Amino acid sequence: MEAIERKFMLKVPSSTENLALIREFVGSIAQQSGFDTSDIGKLELAIDEACANVIEHAYGHDISKEVIIRATLDDETLRIDVEDTGRGFDPKLIKQEELEQLVNKRRSGGLGMRLMKTLMDEVHYEIEPGKKNELHMVKKLRKT
Amino acid sequence: MPNPFSVTTNDDDNLSIISLEGAVDAHTAPQFETAVQSAIDAGHNKIIVDCEKMSYISSAGLGVFMCFIEEVRDEGGDIKICGLTDKVKQPFEILGFESLYDFCPDVGSAKSRFADASAVPGGAA
Repeated sequence: MEAIERKFMLKVPSSTENLALIREFVGSIAQQSGFDTSDIGKLELAIDEACANVIEHAYGHDISKEVIIRATLDDETLRIDVEDTGRGFDPKLIKQEELEQLVNKRRSGGLGMRLMKTLMDEVHYEIEPGKKNELHMVKKLRKT
Repeated sequence: MPNPFSVTTNDDDNLSIISLEGAVDAHTAPQFETAVQSAIDAGHNKIIVDCEKMSYISSAGLGVFMCFIEEVRDEGGDIKICGLTDKVKQPFEILGFESLYDFCPDVGSAKSRFADASAVPGGAA
């Protein structure tokens, strides 16, 4: 029998003020889905990092723009997609520098993607230059 | 939508104790950054960040620790991170902060660590 998918969507203005709301949206769905406390924390942090990147880098804090978060839940996974129409980028060009290198350069950025990749089971981008950017992340539900 | 966050600074002798409460994310991290910068501008290079009441931290908050650590160490000081609860430890661990930062269980032990370092001639803070 095919698994039944449940879909949820949140659309918010592109402002860091909404990050708490975004975390709560994803955290509530994860809690309802049976994820444990540790995984709920991971999902909240991953979506925060993803949306903070969109708000700051893709949209440059332009509050007239929108960030769209879609969550799709089935029996085994929670898939989260983040969509924006801002400035895209080539994920391959993002350097994964070590913490010590960043500290030596007195740079504080560049950690979000590393966190997302560690926290989630799958992370990949689809960039359509000038049209839209989508980030897809998957977290598998651990059966107890 | 509640996003409770506060940052308070207390100076104790030559130390600056910055206490964080609530969620430190890209929205609230600038307030934390301002607090650290103000402490440094006031001549404090021995800084304790009390995270006991911090409920959440993202890379934006972690970035504040990274931004200032070299500056205070160059001046013979340090930033000590204390009071981390299990709930907020994970991002620090994932990014390997343990190898570069001094973690203490509470403010008292962080103060002792600074005092011990000062007692050793030429000792690092």
